[in-house]
Amino acid sequence: MNPVKIDLRESLLELVRRASTQLPDDVTRSLHEGLLHERVGDAAASALKIVLENVALAAEQNTPICQDTGTPIFVIHHPFGYSQRAIAADVEWAVITATEHSYLRPNAVDSVTGKNSGNNIGSGLPSLHFHEWEQEEIRIDLLLKGGGSENVGGQYALPSAPLSAGRDLEGVRRVVLDAVFKAQGKGCGPGIIGVGIGGDRPHSAWVAKEQLFRLLGDVNEDSELAELEQQLLAEGNRLGIGPMGFGGATTLLGVKVGAAHRLPASYFVSIAYLCWAARRASLTFNNGEVTFA
Amino acid sequence: MHNLTLPISEEQIRQLRVGDTVSLTGTIYTARDAAHKYMVENFIQGEPPATEREMLAELEQGLSGGVIYHCGPIVRKDESGKWHFVAAGPTTSIREEPYEYQVIERFGVRAVIGKGGMADKTLQACGDHGAVYLHAIGGAASLIARSVVEVIGLFKEEFGLPEAFWKIRVEDFQCVVTMDSHGGSLHKEVEALSERNLQEILK
Ligand code: SF4
Repeated sequence: MNPVKIDLRESLLELVRRASTQLPDDVTRSLHEGLLHERVGDAAASALKIVLENVALAAEQNTPICQDTGTPIFVIHHPFGYSQRAIAADVEWAVITATEHSYLRPNAVDSVTGKNSGNNIGSGLPSLHFHEWEQEEIRIDLLLKGGGSENVGGQYALPSAPLSAGRDLEGVRRVVLDAVFKAQGKGCGPGIIGVGIGGDRPHSAWVAKEQLFRLLGDVNEDSELAELEQQLLAEGNRLGIGPMGFGGATTLLGVKVGAAHRLPASYFVSIAYLCWAARRASLTFNNGEVTFA
Repeated sequence: MHNLTLPISEEQIRQLRVGDTVSLTGTIYTARDAAHKYMVENFIQGEPPATEREMLAELEQGLSGGVIYHCGPIVRKDESGKWHFVAAGPTTSIREEPYEYQVIERFGVRAVIGKGGMADKTLQACGDHGAVYLHAIGGAASLIARSVVEVIGLFKEEFGLPEAFWKIRVEDFQCVVTMDSHGGSLHKEVEALSERNLQEILK
């Protein structure tokens, strides 16, 4: 059977434009809430005010929220019958065109030669993840994941004697708090923390990264993990690191935890740190009609 | 909020303490990795080469009482050939730690703007030579670009556009003092405080 023919190029370009210039509502709302918890006149309050002013200005002017437009991560859900290669080609076209329009900064550097490809295309870039699903529509989720915040993420192998972290959720709690402490303000906090428990090393890291696509308000289906998320969010904010590391109440906007099966021999915990510029957007293609969210 | 207009005097700098917010107006320069390496190699270690005399004069004049901004902007050239800043948030400052003491000392720089803070040598320079580290708001790229009201000059274009020296006029560029000229570092304070809090939470 031949794959269904579709052209998603212009829709994907619009998806990239939205992600780069419009911060999702749940993140903007959470930044506003953070501001209410900071003392008037403090550096933390002024940082959040400037962040919010910048968010409004970027949307109004149609300019990038941040000049580092990061790694474009696309998660593509599609029903049976579509060509992944054709969709990937449309994504590449959209990324190249978005770079020409300055919605994306050229960010793909050859690790061996040091040369920037100039159009955001390279080995592993853009980052594409395909899933075939039962539903009839195609849904494409995009996250622009900044580099400064990526640098403060990490991975722990439990048990960890120095952190008194065993192979259980209490151990997970200890290493996540350690990672938030070590990041200080360097990842352009307030941050959103994705946690991946289990898997081998790369799968663990991916589970952590996947959590960053979740809305801040969604509740984990696993009640134990839901509880851990709430606890870590509250405890992370008690550290006092604050926006940009200036000190204050708003260190984190959210903590999202996912778990995968592991080998008896391994217990990995991965932490993905997402800066306040949490640029996600998604599109749905159904019966030839495209909607954005 | 402290309003600072360039050139900045040592006296003005000595009044600033960590946690203060400042609004900056005047002509400043962007400089990141390539520019810092260039300044140290050409104007600090040994005789300045004859070919670089003009650049030296520019920096001596512009950086005395002046400001360096760690930034690799997204820029746009209009039809008349004039440059504009489109997005211009701060970049991570710690990469310039090996150079910054000497640059502050040599040129009489009064403030360095960036993000993430710097380490002991730069803090030392702030005390020894009357300077401060100003933290811009990471990611606030569109807003900061709007406070860049004019691009006055571009030097060392051969370093690449993000790495070149951009001479820009800013108006109401808002930052927070996170390292002052009295040995104060907000980064150290917050790290110590959060470490105590962490111990308390994990007890
Ligand atoms: S960490 Fe995020 S907000 Fe900060 S510079 Fe990078 S992309 Fe921008």
